[in-house]
Amino acid sequence: MHFPSLNAIIEGLLFVSDGPMTLDRLTELLPDYERASVRLAVQELRDDYEQRGAGVHLVEVAGGWQLRTVPELMPYLSRMVKGRPARFSQSALETLAIVAYRQPITRQEIEYLRGVDTGAVLKTLLEKKLVKILGKKDIPGRPIIYGTTREFLEVFNLKDLKGLPTLREIQSLDEVPIFEVQEELPLGGEQRGEP
Amino acid sequence: MPQAAETVPTSLFEGADQGYSIKLDAFEGPLDLLLHLIRKNEVDIYDIPISLITRQYLDYLKLMKELNLDLAGDFLVMASTLLQIKSRMLLPLPEPEEGEGEEQEDPRAELVRRLIEYQRYRDAGLELGARELLGREVFARPCADGCCLEGFVTADDGPLELDLFELSEAFNQLLARIPSARAHEVAGQDTLSIVDAINEILSRLDGRESMEFESLFLDDISRERMIVTFLALLELCRIKLLKVIQNSRYGTIHIFPSVAATDNDGVSDALPFA
Repeated sequence: MHFPSLNAIIEGLLFVSDGPMTLDRLTELLPDYERASVRLAVQELRDDYEQRGAGVHLVEVAGGWQLRTVPELMPYLSRMVKGRPARFSQSALETLAIVAYRQPITRQEIEYLRGVDTGAVLKTLLEKKLVKILGKKDIPGRPIIYGTTREFLEVFNLKDLKGLPTLREIQSLDEVPIFEVQEELPLGGEQRGEP
Repeated sequence: MPQAAETVPTSLFEGADQGYSIKLDAFEGPLDLLLHLIRKNEVDIYDIPISLITRQYLDYLKLMKELNLDLAGDFLVMASTLLQIKSRMLLPLPEPEEGEGEEQEDPRAELVRRLIEYQRYRDAGLELGARELLGREVFARPCADGCCLEGFVTADDGPLELDLFELSEAFNQLLARIPSARAHEVAGQDTLSIVDAINEILSRLDGRESMEFESLFLDDISRERMIVTFLALLELCRIKLLKVIQNSRYGTIHIFPSVAATDNDGVSDALPFA
């Protein structure tokens, strides 16, 4: 029996893993290999899938690596996969975007930004585990603060929170704003990329 | 979804002469409606013709009322904000006092800031929705329920520590399993204190490495007993005698003694109930 290559071992691990696997986790499972070579092997594997034009590819989501089907297969696969695909209403997406870009954020702050009551939407997002309760804000009333989850990154195919699309400025007919436009918003950078 | 955004601008006030053709659910709230009106009138968001926009906004509210739609309070709040801005713009500006170099802020500025901010997040939301979503455009091996890993709990498997929301959700599922037909039973025969329940949990855990959350609530357990047991569990977590761990989302919840069990008799001293 020939000795499997590191690339093959990692491919096997990623195939069996039921979620994105971090480089840390891979290194931990492969104590005989250097972290650098594990990283290199992952990248080689990714390029390999890419060049072959394979049906699955290796993507970086939620701080880890996962084998996923390529989007082009969607029409074929959706016939096979049971259950309805994830659907998001505009209000759910809006709320998610606000939580994602502005976390940690209270419900009141979300509602100020959206201009409407957001209780029901937040509840749904909590149930879908896209949003979680981070704790309570240390201001009078101690309101609950919310943030996005690892599932959010997984479902929305995001490497990390920095991978969120940048917020666009509004398209204006008049190029000179009357007042100063608010600075680019912070992305809540210290969100754990940990599994 | 992007197509929703495209349908919005065309539908509302088109053909206003022959009556309105509308798509009411297209508006997520007053800010969404305002943005639509601004776009429809092709006016500059930094220089909103407030009286025109206010009039159209109020027309829309009237329409909603005529159609007997529930007018969300948020729409009314915005209406009064618009009217307030309008009236402030009609009033002459007070002379800036000496030494106060700052210019008076445009009464519309706050609203414009909110509108722009809202538009950014709405667009960001649409962009998120247009991504290749797991379970919609792309798929991974459907192992999320731990079909192949169920039953394994190892400390180095990166277990998820449960948050309160999940623990209470699990408890709710258990509660739902109990038939509610016992409403007329006269209580009193089987009272269980939290301390008793704590001792019971600890004795059942004694000598074992872990047990399943659900196994605490097996059999034909009464609602009261279930609640007391759950409270006991929370209390044990609080005083850090137990760890509650879920290995995967929606997976089985496991209970571990979090310290190598010292003497269980000492527990009651630490409890407020004792």
